[in-house]
Amino acid sequence: MRILMFGWEFPPRMSGGLGTACFGMTKALAGLGHRITFVLPHAGETSTAPFLDLVSTSGIPLSGPDPEEGETELLRRLTVHPLPALLSPYLSADRYRDLFLFGEGRFRDTAAVYGPDLIAEVARYGRAAGALARRLSFEIIHAHDWMTVPAALLARRISGKPFILHVHSLEYDRSGENVNHEILEIEREGLGKADRIIAVSHRTKRMIVERYGIPQEKISVIYNAVTRAEAQRVYRVERKGDRKMVLFLGRITFQKGPDYFVEAAAMVLRVLPDVTFVMAGAGNMMGQMIERVGELGIGSSFHFTGFLQGEEIERIFSMSDLYVMPSVSEPFGISPLEAMMYDVPVILSRQSGVAEILKHALKVDFWDVREMAAKIIAVLKHPVLAGEMAEKAREELRKIRWETAAELIVEIYREAAASAPERG
Amino acid sequence: MPSVCLYFQVHQPCRLRRYSFFDVGHVHDYEDEAENHRILDRVAQKCYLPANALLLKLIEEHSGKFRVAFSLSGVVLDQIERRRPDVLESFRRLAATGCVEFLNETDSHSLAFLFSPREFRAQVLLHRKRIRALFGQDGRTFRHTELIYSNDLAKAVDKLGYAVILAEGTEKILGRRSPNRAYRPAGCGKLKLLLRNYRLSDDVAFRFSEAAWSEHPLTAEKYAHWLHRIGGKEAVVNLFMDYETFGEHQWRETGIFEFLSALPGEILRHPDFFFQTPAEVAASHDPAGEIDCPGFISWADVERDMTAWLGNAMQQDAARSLYGLESAVRRRKDEGIFKTWRMLQTSDHFYYMCTKWFSDGDVHRYFNPFESPYEAYINYMNILDDLSQSLKQKKECIHDRDAQTLPL
Repeated sequence: MRILMFGWEFPPRMSGGLGTACFGMTKALAGLGHRITFVLPHAGETSTAPFLDLVSTSGIPLSGPDPEEGETELLRRLTVHPLPALLSPYLSADRYRDLFLFGEGRFRDTAAVYGPDLIAEVARYGRAAGALARRLSFEIIHAHDWMTVPAALLARRISGKPFILHVHSLEYDRSGENVNHEILEIEREGLGKADRIIAVSHRTKRMIVERYGIPQEKISVIYNAVTRAEAQRVYRVERKGDRKMVLFLGRITFQKGPDYFVEAAAMVLRVLPDVTFVMAGAGNMMGQMIERVGELGIGSSFHFTGFLQGEEIERIFSMSDLYVMPSVSEPFGISPLEAMMYDVPVILSRQSGVAEILKHALKVDFWDVREMAAKIIAVLKHPVLAGEMAEKAREELRKIRWETAAELIVEIYREAAASAPERG
Repeated sequence: MPSVCLYFQVHQPCRLRRYSFFDVGHVHDYEDEAENHRILDRVAQKCYLPANALLLKLIEEHSGKFRVAFSLSGVVLDQIERRRPDVLESFRRLAATGCVEFLNETDSHSLAFLFSPREFRAQVLLHRKRIRALFGQDGRTFRHTELIYSNDLAKAVDKLGYAVILAEGTEKILGRRSPNRAYRPAGCGKLKLLLRNYRLSDDVAFRFSEAAWSEHPLTAEKYAHWLHRIGGKEAVVNLFMDYETFGEHQWRETGIFEFLSALPGEILRHPDFFFQTPAEVAASHDPAGEIDCPGFISWADVERDMTAWLGNAMQQDAARSLYGLESAVRRRKDEGIFKTWRMLQTSDHFYYMCTKWFSDGDVHRYFNPFESPYEAYINYMNILDDLSQSLKQKKECIHDRDAQTLPL
């Protein structure tokens, strides 16, 4: 089939799991013989995917300042109310400015990539989709998360092809109860109007049903997987054993629960002083985390790396003795799978989609700092535990394949194509 | 004149409470008492009481011709004695019929034989003493925890004076020979060996309610017919299974009690067939040959080996750490600590740490009170940590544990 896919991130330019997931998924879909045009806001140096056509909307001329004919109502609304304070799809705005104080781009997040006005960007991207939908021929529109909803809706209006919304994250995951209403509206509209929805976990499906009132039957759960790099691991495992290292890797935002990690670290260090904790990533809670680490007096054992990408991520995994994902609300969470590829044992928040499929990981409720600390201590204290977990996780990983997920996605394409009425 | 030998294993582990690292040094009580009570009450209600009543009725009805054997682990005896005297009483009534044999095993349902010959012997002697006191029987038959068996074990059991030992009738040791004979363990003078007919035993224990099984539903008539096809004067069909099969693993609704109720009559319908307990089989059957079993076998999983308890590094580490405390525990001469150390020897604690099959969500998971084998290991090691800290402290510091001399 020919698929018009709307995404927001693609390696190497990305801030989190969405780009990683899109890469693995499109590669597997291409492997099954499907042709994908992947639309991104910016293409830049991205050309590492010979298996699909990458199109950047930044190169597409728009038809003047006026909204083009046939534009969706949603797009019109967006242009009227741009939201300058909102900086990243996965960030609520407060304290974000702290990041810029670090300068040099070392602590940058997506804002540095996508500019300061996200909603304007989303609208611009959405409008460009119209031009693409007219130019290209395709049978399916597959869009990832709310940023691509206006684009997908316009493409559907123009082409009449079925629109499948793939939900990797919801506004309630990212912001808890402090949701951004404009984003919520876009999500609501996308979920309501999509012909089919793919959720990355049952947890996410439940939220879509309960929070957005979408009927269950419209939603299918397809778990993410992990791509084994064709090139072998660049870095060999280089754990030394004398001083253990515990890793947090992800955006330092409310959703990822960095504060619970810091509190657990302090509890662990009281018992095992010879442990290093590393917080890799950037985000609007970073300043707050640095302050808290100082307050707890654990600065000499707790390090911030700033935003990491590519080889730096592989390197940090290869150095770690334990990976902790304390997310408050994680629709899926691909990074534990990456950690497992480096034989790193994993502690997961039960409030994550990936916990639904991983058996050979320890699980905690994100708020239970004491239990999190106790489990960190156990993994560090008992090498046989870490060894057994890593060994079994390796076997488990072999079964979590993008090829399997892609087959399920294609099934949904076929059903959607068969049942969707042609729209004019 | 083929005989049918029924033996039921009765065991409930002492489940451990959730014990965090931060409890070490502060909390010295390791049992999940509420959970143990809840499960014992449930199993008593669903299995022990109704099944014992049924067996008693059957024994009376068949006036001595229907005979069975039990092995009650010391761990379940502890629980029954403390909490369910009614269950104990129902077993004693069965003992009083003279048609029920009570076997001996390691009191703690342990793997002590693999780690400490001294502890193994002490536990067997303790269990023998308890069974004698409770049921008035001198143990003639020995069965090891989980039907674990090897040449060395047989020799040790021979030395302890038993007449017969039980093991799994696996092809690993039988080759092409039949499990339906009495054998002589390699290197033993008097001891005899009875082997579980696992196909016929598991037809009841595992497959009884399996709707997809081609023989489902299994009736007593059909089952007796299968037994009756087994011929030979020297034959003995050994049907060994968990007692909890009746009412707990196979629920009442499956018809398991009706099956059990009809079974003796159906089997005895054939004039050549009769029931014997293991000790009676040993007394009346000459060995058909010698069985050589240099490595360990058991009745668990398809592997029939030790991997369910000692198959991974966590299990081995936990067991080695536990038995590593033995000499300190003995030197301490503190009854509370000693009992705790023995309670921690129960094989179930190691079974919960098994990672084999964990992903497939099978029988291991069904019996596991922990979320994962990793949690089971962590919990156990935290408890061991606390126990070994208690051993290092001065005796006077532990006020809640009275030092007493022990019958070691």
